[in-house]
Amino acid sequence: MKRLLAIELQKIWKNKASRVLTIAYFVLLSTIALITSIKFNIGLFSINPAEMGIFNFPFIWHFTTYIAVWYKMFLAIIIVSMMANEYSYGTLKQNLIDGMSKKEFIISKFLTVVLFALVSTVFIFIMTLLLGYSFSSYTELSIVFTDLEYLIAYFVDLVGFFSFCLFLGILIKRSAFALGFLLVWFFIEGALNGLLRFIILKNSELTDKIIAFFPLESISNLIVEPYSRLSIIKTIGTQIGVTELKDYSVHWYGILIVLAWTFIFMLLSYKLLQKRDL
Amino acid sequence: METILSIENLNKRFGPIHAVNNVSIEILKGNVYGILGPNGSGKSTTLGIVLNVVNKTSGDYHWFGGTMQTHEALKKVGAIIERPNFYPYMTARENLELVCKIKSISYSKVHEKLKLVGLLDRENSKFKTFSLGMKQRLAIASALLNDPEILILDEPTNGLDPQGIHQIRDIIKLIASQGTTILLASHLLDEVEKVCSHVLILRKGEVLYSGSVDAMTSNEGFFELQSDDHHQLMTQLSTNEAIDKMSEENGKVYAYLKKPLESKELNRFLFEKGIVLNHLVKRKHSLEEQFLELTNKPKSKK
Repeated sequence: MKRLLAIELQKIWKNKASRVLTIAYFVLLSTIALITSIKFNIGLFSINPAEMGIFNFPFIWHFTTYIAVWYKMFLAIIIVSMMANEYSYGTLKQNLIDGMSKKEFIISKFLTVVLFALVSTVFIFIMTLLLGYSFSSYTELSIVFTDLEYLIAYFVDLVGFFSFCLFLGILIKRSAFALGFLLVWFFIEGALNGLLRFIILKNSELTDKIIAFFPLESISNLIVEPYSRLSIIKTIGTQIGVTELKDYSVHWYGILIVLAWTFIFMLLSYKLLQKRDL
Repeated sequence: METILSIENLNKRFGPIHAVNNVSIEILKGNVYGILGPNGSGKSTTLGIVLNVVNKTSGDYHWFGGTMQTHEALKKVGAIIERPNFYPYMTARENLELVCKIKSISYSKVHEKLKLVGLLDRENSKFKTFSLGMKQRLAIASALLNDPEILILDEPTNGLDPQGIHQIRDIIKLIASQGTTILLASHLLDEVEKVCSHVLILRKGEVLYSGSVDAMTSNEGFFELQSDDHHQLMTQLSTNEAIDKMSEENGKVYAYLKKPLESKELNRFLFEKGIVLNHLVKRKHSLEEQFLELTNKPKSKK
């Protein structure tokens, strides 16, 4: 395992573009902390998120993971290109000839993806702790460490999404086209969603259940948006008559669906690699 | 002798094209093998199959007697295919170190092999800055990193300038002289003739000849003859039991042998029959003529 990771990390780290993107990713992740100093001015009101309870434990776990998840696009570029480059450089062929098995090749890529997700999760964990301890109104240990499932969801989200990227990299072999296809796939899921909701089923409850099984949808369902959970927005909501209570928690079946996709994507990647002549 | 690789009845189809047709070969330790064939004859596909990058349609192959999995066996093999494939953004040394990681060996040989191919002064240059000849030499260094049991080279001099070709050949000869088994695929005949002891000739995926280079070039010696009366010359020649067939071309008579016959014996034989020759040369087919003759024959009937 160490050998496979070492091989893959050398490939990524020696590449200047990948190195710059990786560093940029972590720098940008830390800018989440800057939100503390942002003040929104809406007409006469001045809203300071830090004073609104965003940084209160345990809500902060939800908030930071939700924001941080968007930054995965940076790493997606690295992951897609690390796969597609192996094809364009012809090094996939060379790696196999040098004595790497096809299975080892896929595992080395997957391990790297898991490592990226793990490092990101640890990074967010530490950053959130620091932010929370600086701004939270509650710092009792029992409160601080509630709702940690958002971190698990964040980790699974990254692993699932990156596995999809890896698969696209292998399937399409060109990084630009693979990233383009990712976007296309996003629209396909959106279109299917609309089609089911308004034309075929005309039943939004059932549609929600079905689209929850789509790869990108299932990934984005892991962590739902946290804004409407803020007390100020809740207050506004009740005032204008919205009383529907939204479910913000992380669901085990959501995690299971994404893990299943991860497995499917890795298996398909392996099968594809096995079947293809290089 | 120890068998390194045995291929049995290997077949590969790409849709309607039968790229490799029932190829069998046994590679023994210490020999230098050549795979000859025109472009598109299935040389690279055959090598691709045993190197785990192309899937076979049917047939079988075993590395080292079939005692280990292909990818494990490949760690003891050094191979270069068509063009050198390395990471362009890594230096020569970094690329070789990566190969060491893949083969699970220490970095200790990197320096030695770079020196062998004459790239030591460029070890810290990025691969993308290399000329084709340098890239090919780096590929050879990479293939030799593990001191392989067998070195597989697929068109190693393709696209190189004469100087580059010369350098690569020198390196191959050096490696061959150290007793490493070599399998060299090429369409360049003199290349194979110069370094190989055994040869396999392929055309359209079929094996046309498999055996030693010497046996192939010497089995059909022939005489080039000229006299004042060709008609009588040919009548007399036909009475000699060593002569297989004859032909007359460009004012010369060609007599092909089925048994060994020395020039002086033939000369004496004809003189005794009252024929005086103006011209007598004994020749052997070069590998090139032999190869062309083999590959130009109409496809064998089935």
